[in-house]
Amino acid sequence: MEHVELFFKSIFIDNMVFATFLGMCSYLAVSKKVSTAVGLGAAVIFVLAITVPLNWLLDQYILQPGALSWLGEEYASYDLSFLSFIMFIATIATMVQLVEIIVEKFSPSLYNSLGIFLPLIAVNCAILGGSLFMQSREIATLGLALNYGVGSGIGWFLAILAIAAIREKIRYSNVPPALRGLGITFIITGLMAIGFMSFGGMLTGGDDEGKVEDKSAAIEAIEEDVKQQEAKTESDLELAENINK
Amino acid sequence: MAKDSRLILDPLADNNPITIQVLGICSALAITAELEASIVMSISVLFVLGVGNVVISLMRNIIPSKIRIIVQLIVVATLVIIVDLVLKAFAYELSKTLSVFVGLIITNCIIMGRFEAFALGNGPWRSFLDGIGNALGYGIILIIVGFFRELLGSGTLLGFPVLGDPIEKTGLYALGYENNGFMLLSPMALIVVGIIIWVQRTKNKALIED
Repeated sequence: MEHVELFFKSIFIDNMVFATFLGMCSYLAVSKKVSTAVGLGAAVIFVLAITVPLNWLLDQYILQPGALSWLGEEYASYDLSFLSFIMFIATIATMVQLVEIIVEKFSPSLYNSLGIFLPLIAVNCAILGGSLFMQSREIATLGLALNYGVGSGIGWFLAILAIAAIREKIRYSNVPPALRGLGITFIITGLMAIGFMSFGGMLTGGDDEGKVEDKSAAIEAIEEDVKQQEAKTESDLELAENINK
Repeated sequence: MAKDSRLILDPLADNNPITIQVLGICSALAITAELEASIVMSISVLFVLGVGNVVISLMRNIIPSKIRIIVQLIVVATLVIIVDLVLKAFAYELSKTLSVFVGLIITNCIIMGRFEAFALGNGPWRSFLDGIGNALGYGIILIIVGFFRELLGSGTLLGFPVLGDPIEKTGLYALGYENNGFMLLSPMALIVVGIIIWVQRTKNKALIED
């Protein structure tokens, strides 16, 4: 349940593009055609799925305050968290390079479709942002970190696919000259973000602080409400009958 | 000398990093709900881009071109760690507001873009000017967006109420004015930037895309 919740949350509610504006640069630059947008989106899912769990391991066993205690008692008081930026970005840059080499070696066809996008991705804020959010939201297990990486990647993929499709269509519309291209893309993205905000209550019933455990209580409360309303309508009916009499 | 001044002045308007080059959008949108956060973010980027451009420019002849991206990332990451620690020490509340977006200066495309496009091919002094110019161009947009979002969204500027008190109904609120809470939500940042682009391109027809 925890996994499903995190997965949908990272795709829709905390969508990288619409809620936190991560990866906007490539989102705007590479969304002129659907085919290239699909390529870049797939590469982002791929790289996020690798780097978020890796950085989770780094964070858990090297960077967090007290994370080095597995080395021995005397290391338990070390706090290396100020190094997280440099460690995360180094991991990401190396992984991207490594993935590029491996993909080129074993799957030339995949390399042809993803290859040109991989170097772009090392400096995509969505990738570093994924790791930093993973750290600041204190994701608990490796499985959840992988889940979060894949989910955020899919959210980003959906966003760039949607805007690319819209931009292909809008070319035939009569947009004011000064808004053409970049301006209208910004405004459309804003409107899409407003649309995505409506996913906000999807998991918690509108209350951000609500927990899954509270759901049964909420259902009971609703049932009580319904009962009360039924009682009320009954009494209303009686009242109406009385008045009619 | 005239050429040097262009390095600073061009990015402010006609070659603005955000509205024309489309670089560094992420942070520009996410943290502009308050003017103060926008100003601090602009100063941070000013520092990182100015110093980083000089460092990269000094090292440009000894960096092998194959690993230059990693070298650039390490230089930026080091500078950003400095900014992050300074913010945590002197403006803790603000650094909580900015949260991960300080870290995301590392992947701010303006910085990598300027390193690649300018610092790798020019001397330290010109690179410094270029860095300052682009960071100022970025800062201007951030401050404009932050100004309108805070003014229209919560009726304050830098935390001071400028339109009167919404609870006691003084100032503009006495006339029935209401804060537009929608301006504080993230989608409005996109629309405000869209409008800035619209205004800018209406004034300068040469910038219009076909």
